[in-house]
Amino acid sequence: METQAPLIEIRNLVKHFGSVIALSGVSLSVHRGEVMCLLGDNGAGKSTLIKTLAGVHRPTSGDFLVEGKPVTFTSPRDALDAGIATVYQDLAMIPLMSVTRNFFMGREPVKGFWPFRNVDFDHCDAVTREEMQKIGIDVRDPHQAVGTLSGGERQCVAIARAVYFGAKVLILDEPTSALGVAQTSMVLKYIHQVRQKGLGVIFITHNVRHAYAVGDRFTVLNRGKTLGTYAKDEIQIEELQNLMAGGKELQAVSEELGGMV
Amino acid sequence: MVNTTQPTADLSSAPVIEKIQDERLKEVSLLTKIMRRPELGALAGLALVTIFFLSTADSSMFSLAGVMNILSPAAQLGILAIAAALLMIGGEFDLSIGSMVAFTGLVFGCFITLTGWPLLLAIAATFVVAAILGGVNGQIVIRTRLPSFIVTLAFLFILRGLSLVGLKWATGGSTQMRGIGAQSGEDWVREIFSGTALEGLFGWLAAHDLIAKFPNGTPTVTGVPVSILWFIGFALVATWLLLRTRAGNWIFAAGGDANAARNSGVPVDRVKTGLFMLTACAAALVAILTVLDAGSTDARRGFQKEFEAIIAAVIGGCLLTGGYGSAIGAFFGAIIFGMVSIGLTYTRFDSDWFQVFLGAMLLLAVLFNNFIRRKVTGER
Repeated sequence: METQAPLIEIRNLVKHFGSVIALSGVSLSVHRGEVMCLLGDNGAGKSTLIKTLAGVHRPTSGDFLVEGKPVTFTSPRDALDAGIATVYQDLAMIPLMSVTRNFFMGREPVKGFWPFRNVDFDHCDAVTREEMQKIGIDVRDPHQAVGTLSGGERQCVAIARAVYFGAKVLILDEPTSALGVAQTSMVLKYIHQVRQKGLGVIFITHNVRHAYAVGDRFTVLNRGKTLGTYAKDEIQIEELQNLMAGGKELQAVSEELGGMV
Repeated sequence: MVNTTQPTADLSSAPVIEKIQDERLKEVSLLTKIMRRPELGALAGLALVTIFFLSTADSSMFSLAGVMNILSPAAQLGILAIAAALLMIGGEFDLSIGSMVAFTGLVFGCFITLTGWPLLLAIAATFVVAAILGGVNGQIVIRTRLPSFIVTLAFLFILRGLSLVGLKWATGGSTQMRGIGAQSGEDWVREIFSGTALEGLFGWLAAHDLIAKFPNGTPTVTGVPVSILWFIGFALVATWLLLRTRAGNWIFAAGGDANAARNSGVPVDRVKTGLFMLTACAAALVAILTVLDAGSTDARRGFQKEFEAIIAAVIGGCLLTGGYGSAIGAFFGAIIFGMVSIGLTYTRFDSDWFQVFLGAMLLLAVLFNNFIRRKVTGER
């Protein structure tokens, strides 16, 4: 609350891959306790944008500010250290590994002296069980493989992991796209819970309904550009849908099909 | 159980039933816990093989001397298999291990006979050469993103060929290099890498009639071959590394899903390169142990050991797709290997059945591992 600067702000971000222009001027910002929905159809540049924010790609030009200070990330690790955690749609968890090992992957707490330093697995198990309980997933045994959890549970574990490790901003890459109705509502509920904790969330989706259910503001991305950012009270769900799909074409199709897309 | 005879029926029997159900649940979870161990298959296999030989082989097979006979080849293979298992869990293969044994054997021989270095320096230098070669393997795989299967298959031939060419060059036309044992001295370094250890213990055991001895009082088995101790030590360290350390978690993660691991901040490339270096160093260790024992090295050293090591790792529970497996499983896999290869000579079976047995064992292990993985991890 003290700092007024947004958690993340990007201005006119441009990213080229050789001759391919993936992003040509993207601007957005996320504040504390806010769910910023990033909407865009396939090929709009969502993935590139996320990967740039997560430190996988370096922007070709443009400003990237974290809490008002310009940053350059050279690896995903840098982004993590700056408090930006990304939960990828399909790459969030390793199914063959246990919940605990997944939860602490890459950030294992160690005890003892080198070369006898080992991971404090008792602590890990306890933390995992506790964190899972907080989000209402009953993990009978933290050693069970993540492959035994449902898709929604996996997303929640991935989000819980990011929150536990002190993320200030969560980037969620289509967390609901592969889920059923019940599991989607479970994930959306959890996103709401995370917002109340004061984190900033960037929620990427192409499902306007899911976005509208939890979003505070909506940024629409099309062909590597931001079309604009709208607060929830400024825009209706239908408008958002049209904007995202490039307007006219979708409307035409929608009329053809009898008005429901 | 005492209460069952009392006629207080309903009220008191209710909690008893509950308790029984509770116990059953716990049993199921214990079973799952056991099923979840990747080395379960190897342990079961070892039990089966042991029972088979207990009922068919001459009883001398399981005497102390017989066990040492089994463990010696198992140790050489096992050191390779454990390293191969770690690499497989990390999601890569190394088909060049066998050739690496021959090549590092040659390198070691050259350091001793040609440059005349002291043993300790020669050993250290051999490990450095092995680590560099392993690193090259790893870097090629990582940078080109080619399957490690192909890259290391190339090195299988390159290193085998280099060993031949190098041996002829170093010896003036022979494919065997002699005199390494004679020139490597008899100091404490030699003691660590060749001969037997724990002689004192075995002497004491013989003196107290706990193990077999000759009429003159010396034990029939004077000590444990050092290779067996290296084997056991390496298995323990590798298991600890894999299950208790950060690096271990990274190995599982790198093999399970390299992208997911990278996104979580795991240095996947470093882990994989390290594993390739470790595998090469394990090959160098086997080369040093066997060359010092034989006193010479030849171009066929380590021939086809890459396949045997991978088979032992798979029997030990490693998945070919990576991300799952165990070091202690490879340890048991190698012992199964040694037991079958040596054990058949104690039976009336033709020892050429060995290969048939091996192939069947591999097939069984793969089927079993797949079944277990689906069962335990809920993958469909």
